[in-house]
Amino acid sequence: MMKGLKKWRLFSLLTVMTVFLSACGEDYISTLRPAGAVGKEQLNLLLLTSIIMFAVVIVVSVIYLVAFFKFRRSKTGENHMPKQVEGSHTLEVIWTVIPIILLLIITVPTLNSTFKFGDVAAMDEVDENGNKTALTVNVTAKLYWWEFEYPEQGIITAQELVVPTGEKVYFNLIATDVKHSFWIPAVGGKMDTNVDGINKFYLEFGKESKDLNEGEGVFYGKCAELCGPSHALMDFKVKALERPAFDTWVASMQATEGNTASSESANVGEATFANSCLGCHAVSAVAGPGMGPNLATFGDRNRLAGFMDHTVEATTDWIMDPEFYKPGNTMTGKYNVTEEEAKAISEYLMTLTIEK
Amino acid sequence: MSSVTQKKGFGAHVWDYLTTVDHKKIAIMYLAAGTLFFAIAGFEALLMRIQLMFPESTFISAGLFNELLTMHGTTMLFLAATPLLFAFMNAIVPLQIGARDVAFPFLNSLGFWLFFLGAIFLHLSFFLGGAPDAGWTSYASLSLYSPGHGIDFYILGLQISGAGTLISGINFIVTIITMRAPGMTFMRMPLFTWTSLVSSSLILFAFPPLTGGLFLMLVDRMFGANFFDHTMGGNTIIWEHLFWIFGHPEVYILVLPAFGLFSEIIPVFARKRLFGYSSMVFATILIGFLGFMVWAHHMFTVGLGSTANAIFAVATMAIAVPTGMKVFNWILTIWGGSIKVTVPMLYALGFIPSFVAGGVTGVMQATAPLDYQLHDSYFIVAHFHYVIVGGIVTALFGSAHFYWPIMFNRTLNHKLGVLTFWVFFIGFHLTFFLQHFLGLMGMPRRVFTYMGGQGWDLFNFISTIGAMMMGVGVVLLVVDVLLSIKSKPVNKRDYWGDGRSLEWAIETPLPFYNFKQTPLIRGYDPYWIEKEEGNKEGMVYAEPLGEIHMPNNSILPLVMSIGTFIAAFGALYSPWGDQVQAGTATGASPAVSLALIIGGLGLTIACMIIRSVKDDLGFHVTVKEIEKIEADLAHYRATGKKGGNK
Repeated sequence: MMKGLKKWRLFSLLTVMTVFLSACGEDYISTLRPAGAVGKEQLNLLLLTSIIMFAVVIVVSVIYLVAFFKFRRSKTGENHMPKQVEGSHTLEVIWTVIPIILLLIITVPTLNSTFKFGDVAAMDEVDENGNKTALTVNVTAKLYWWEFEYPEQGIITAQELVVPTGEKVYFNLIATDVKHSFWIPAVGGKMDTNVDGINKFYLEFGKESKDLNEGEGVFYGKCAELCGPSHALMDFKVKALERPAFDTWVASMQATEGNTASSESANVGEATFANSCLGCHAVSAVAGPGMGPNLATFGDRNRLAGFMDHTVEATTDWIMDPEFYKPGNTMTGKYNVTEEEAKAISEYLMTLTIEK
Repeated sequence: MSSVTQKKGFGAHVWDYLTTVDHKKIAIMYLAAGTLFFAIAGFEALLMRIQLMFPESTFISAGLFNELLTMHGTTMLFLAATPLLFAFMNAIVPLQIGARDVAFPFLNSLGFWLFFLGAIFLHLSFFLGGAPDAGWTSYASLSLYSPGHGIDFYILGLQISGAGTLISGINFIVTIITMRAPGMTFMRMPLFTWTSLVSSSLILFAFPPLTGGLFLMLVDRMFGANFFDHTMGGNTIIWEHLFWIFGHPEVYILVLPAFGLFSEIIPVFARKRLFGYSSMVFATILIGFLGFMVWAHHMFTVGLGSTANAIFAVATMAIAVPTGMKVFNWILTIWGGSIKVTVPMLYALGFIPSFVAGGVTGVMQATAPLDYQLHDSYFIVAHFHYVIVGGIVTALFGSAHFYWPIMFNRTLNHKLGVLTFWVFFIGFHLTFFLQHFLGLMGMPRRVFTYMGGQGWDLFNFISTIGAMMMGVGVVLLVVDVLLSIKSKPVNKRDYWGDGRSLEWAIETPLPFYNFKQTPLIRGYDPYWIEKEEGNKEGMVYAEPLGEIHMPNNSILPLVMSIGTFIAAFGALYSPWGDQVQAGTATGASPAVSLALIIGGLGLTIACMIIRSVKDDLGFHVTVKEIEKIEADLAHYRATGKKGGNK
């Protein structure tokens, strides 16, 4: 009997939790289901301020509703002349002091977190061998795509950020054309990528991404600052791996050194790619910043252009008319290929992989 | 000169409005123009909400969506909210302080025409190659990059209308300081006059940074300078600072007069003196002052550093204290009163909880580390619409019902007004409440589309339904206004029966010189005092009936504004502009461009010289004429017929 009741309780609790969580959005994009210390601390601040502010709204509303229902003219009578009160010093003091106290309660964790999140001193720390102790990623935002460079590891990638879990990952942020803003909602707050200089901050990835969104396996990243027609499409994805897996990934990335596409290749896709695309898109991850996204890991990607389906058909369509899918992008009109060539290129691109 | 006795043709009426310097007619023009732009910007919002109703919708293209979001924000703030508040300031403030007109009637007219032609100029962009598309903030890197003439329209249009706003602001400061009736000390001024004074002072200090910033961007874009071009040693962050040093006070420029309007409405329908008058005045001044100390809270994610973020976070939170004082004072005003739920009171009652909800999310965003998540998400969209719609738009709608009898000698329909309120109010909460959660669920703002399956679909759909309800509400209000034209004239003072301040002491329709004798102010709520003492005449007067000195009408303000309008086209089509050189925009030849600039500005300056050199001393209304006008008005009120009782 008792056992049954407990089960029933557990079940209803689970139901409530499920409903509650579904109102909190998806765990790969929602700030309400954070994965990582930064996002969790921000959620705690949200809860603290929400509770205090909700209390304020309730108190104000109750006083207001009581006043409204108690003193309606239908109750007081048509000819009732209320007492003309000038004010009350006591009340004024009360409703000045109480908000100040509430604000002070919020101020303490606010200042604490502000300085904590702003502390990037560990970026420059080195161990006895002179190697950096923390992982740093240089993020460059360009018109509607993202470049991620790992300076210590000597590798570069685009559109999919790969990071280790359970440690602070530091970011150097900059934009090359117009201002963007780097945001991974489920992991932590955003920071702008200015054109004028580098911004630094850190995030922590609290869990692996592989089980997210029914096996899609990535956190969603967004551009948060209006940057032109395709601002809404300037998405990127984040793969969070455990440290050993991350180290393996870095090693495979480094192993792509020297990879290139040959215009003499028997593969039509590779040959066309070498003639039409290689000028902007490198296929080796050991390369400098490119005109276009680095494609060394294209086959491992989850999405095309940040948001489209990752299939040969979609890639072909994209190559034939990028302007249609991402208006204002800087790739349109830089090359000339036929539909067959585009399909061949797409097939070739799918073979560019380090994970399979 | 009597406006009642002479029958005029349509053309004469138009000419009268083009040349008028009467604050009451300028108020009507502000009201009409503001309503027009409010409707346009509201329509733009509806188009955007329809686009976002479903994921991956193709109703509106990406480029057009950015134009709509830019024009919606710019129009609502600069060309709808500001002129609508100016309409009430013009209509009511001179009456509240017992003045015949504003201090500089000529400048009042100039301010309106500059605003109006600037607004028209900006809207011409839709027909001349595309509207601005970099957001109402027009951040420098994107606005310099933006092809075509859109941003140029933004810069020049705002430059012109901003000059108009600045002129009007100065005018109100001088009017309120120097033209108060005898006995109207500062601490007897009605709250709306107080908030207009503080708001005008904010305009005085906030608009110059905007004008300066716009000028730098103007020469950057149209004449090849590099103030904001980072590749040439410029800095885009400076634009952000200049814009927000203006932009944050702008919020208070708009919301303070709204507070003032509610501080007029609530005591009347609670039949009770405003609670804590002196603390309300103090809070108004404090909010105005703090409003200049917090601009960088719009820039928490820009990377200004922890210390700057911490300081601006705390300063921003401090604003909650005086704002809270105001809310409690309003509630304590109705506490112990006798509340009559008229349409204006309904808006005031709806305002209090809505505005509190918008205020508390403001404190949440002041929490800098939390703002890293909330900034530029739909949470902020929800927040500022709660403040602007819940605070300012409700004030405008409520005040329209409240002051309609004074402004037009007509009333808006009560039943239709109640219906309008509920449709609009429910639509408003439906639209914006869920947007808080969209933001928290990771949806960035200013996106023209979103992929399905990110958990945002349902809330976006509901939000659009709400926006449509708001649209219906606005249509109902316009219908109400049109119906009022045919309604019965009010023809009396103190329409609501419980008026307290001076504007209710004067019988409608008003003569063009307002009070025939300047009233004597014997305390706070002067008209209430007179009523309490059984004075049936309205007020006691500070002077015997004598000649009234009034300003002459003038066409010069309109011509001056047209001059700047022409010059703006010269600058727009400058052949030295970045985008013209890059081939994305059309330019005129140097001769044509320079001719337009010099000719246009020359026309403006010529008018200024005429105005300076040619003495215009106004005219005097003799005692006899005053008596005749008053008799005519009395005859009209009694019989409903114009033409005088000979």
